[in-house]
Amino acid sequence: MPTKHSQGPGGDEILFAPVLRTGRGFYVAAGILLAVAVWGAYAYTVQLRYGLGVTGLNRPVAWGFYIVNFVFFIGISHAGTLISAILRLCKAEWRRPITRAAETITVLVLFFGLGSIIIDLGRPDRLFYVLQYGRLQSPLLWDVTSITTYLTASTLYLYLPLIPDLALLRERASGWRRHLYTAISLGWRGTPEQHRRLERGISVMAVIVIPIAVSVHTVVSWVFSMTLQPMWKSTIFGPYFVTGAIFSGIGALIISMAAVRRAYRLENYLKPVHFNSLALLLMVMSLLWFYFTFAEHLTAYYGGELAEGAVLSAKVAGPYAPEFWSMVMLNFVIPMAILANRRTRTVTGSVVASASVLVGMWLERYLIVIPTLANPRLPYPRGFYQATWVEWSITAGAFALFILLYMVFTKLFPIISIWEVREGREIGIREAYERMEGYLPSDEGRAPVVEPAGALR
Amino acid sequence: MARWGMVIDLDRCTGCQACVVACKAENNVPVVSPAGAQAGRLMLWMTVIPEVEGEFPRVRARFTPRPCMQCENPPCVKVCPVQAMMKSPEGIVSHVFARCIGCRFCVQACPYGVTYFNWQAPAWPADLREALNPDFSIRPTGVVEMCDFCHHHLQHAREMARADEREVRGEGEYVPACVQSCPALALIFGDLDDPNTAASRLAHSPRAYRLLEDLGTAPKVYYLKEG
Repeated sequence: MPTKHSQGPGGDEILFAPVLRTGRGFYVAAGILLAVAVWGAYAYTVQLRYGLGVTGLNRPVAWGFYIVNFVFFIGISHAGTLISAILRLCKAEWRRPITRAAETITVLVLFFGLGSIIIDLGRPDRLFYVLQYGRLQSPLLWDVTSITTYLTASTLYLYLPLIPDLALLRERASGWRRHLYTAISLGWRGTPEQHRRLERGISVMAVIVIPIAVSVHTVVSWVFSMTLQPMWKSTIFGPYFVTGAIFSGIGALIISMAAVRRAYRLENYLKPVHFNSLALLLMVMSLLWFYFTFAEHLTAYYGGELAEGAVLSAKVAGPYAPEFWSMVMLNFVIPMAILANRRTRTVTGSVVASASVLVGMWLERYLIVIPTLANPRLPYPRGFYQATWVEWSITAGAFALFILLYMVFTKLFPIISIWEVREGREIGIREAYERMEGYLPSDEGRAPVVEPAGALR
Repeated sequence: MARWGMVIDLDRCTGCQACVVACKAENNVPVVSPAGAQAGRLMLWMTVIPEVEGEFPRVRARFTPRPCMQCENPPCVKVCPVQAMMKSPEGIVSHVFARCIGCRFCVQACPYGVTYFNWQAPAWPADLREALNPDFSIRPTGVVEMCDFCHHHLQHAREMARADEREVRGEGEYVPACVQSCPALALIFGDLDDPNTAASRLAHSPRAYRLLEDLGTAPKVYYLKEG
């Protein structure tokens, strides 16, 4: 009898294919993305040379695109670890082909979140003063602490479930890759003892990672709500930001799944049912996002405080009204229209809704940062913010580099967890069946539950 | 220990802007081009804000000089991640330029908008460059700067007092440049805890108020409203 997790080379060939073979399309796409990233890097060198004066930032709007990107990227990171951890802990069997794609987003995008902050600094050369002279009272230091913790935990959480797949790749790869996979698969042989330890490690990490993820975006929101500024000083900013983060994270996850499904022909693994489940989650988050947004703006309106009223009217009827109403359309009206209808809740439909949510959530971050700064309590400095080519280029470069790194990741590691899919096939079905049975009343008088045909292979 | 504060008598202010010029010269505040000023990059640690009330012919101009409020509970100091923004034991809020990482969190946190960021390398016309004050450092690109009640004047006064083996007097010895230059005597400076100084007497006047008092920042700059 083979071990319970078969290590045989057969099956799931298509999941190995992207790692072992690379087509021309990949190089073309990577070349384009690299060009955009290099352009962004050039823009950053211009900013380093001439100072932040080359951006559209001014007084009073001293935070702009970079801080918006920071909040947005950290938000996207909630795609992975949080969703994957929750699904794992809930034993949602449909998670198996999507957890890796999700966790990868988290780890990669966090670098861009931290990077956005560094790009925003006037003196990036003094970055390490934050560690050397850090003032714990500053919410920025809370950010540094929680994001580095999150990055460490998510990297571990991505790495642990990779180990059995690395061992599988070790057998197939040659050259430097063979050495790489041998080194980082840490001598995995797939013994029951190793499996027991791995499962335990993954479960522990899943439990640890959830509160860390929630804390991260709460702390990001506190950067704003700890100040006295109108429409920033809000007690619900923590949960509001976490909700927005999970919301945009699911959107990013759906798009990345659709992309790898199309590029690597994984239709047999990422099925409409997976998209349907995630689309339902996206819809729930859209409702929750609307609820928070409504509560936040109603309280600002109803109190009628002057400073808050100025920010609110700038948003809903002033210079930021086009962005504001686009945000409501993109984050609520469009996704709800698509996702609430079973006929349009298809793979394409959920991708369209997700793209809409990603743009909408970026706008949401923009509308949180800019209008408040442009309308300070005292009427003396008033301002408007218009990003220059530098901010646009750096932002485009950051997005391009993120997509590029994600693509490169799929070339180094299987983007669908092979051993977990196999485990689902081999023992997941039985476990799910037994679990189902455990939910049902066990009165002896009744006839035994009939096994569905084919449940146990 | 003295608690240094300023009283600004709006009845006396003529809007001549001598304080603005004195501050710029004293603290080596960079000169910004008109285009830069249009883009919202003007740097004036001390500024006089003109407000026009009413419609012609019943028009009234009001001038409000506005330095740093030197809060007792400064929001800028709390949020600084590297302790560059700090409050001295005497309550003076000042900024260590060499420490600042340029995150501009203090700019967001200040409800009075008195912190300024060096968007570009500081520049002066040639003749002004020769007149830079050697007693005060100039700042590099990418750091924040703000009014610190001419803290270097206090250091100077303290040295003089130490030579005489006494404390700095509550009035007259330590005076910021804007106060020194005001021809209308609209700016009054002194120890707010010393009942004998004009500043402390005026700060208790029924005309006295502070900007955004309800935020709890407790500024040490008092305004005397127009009578």
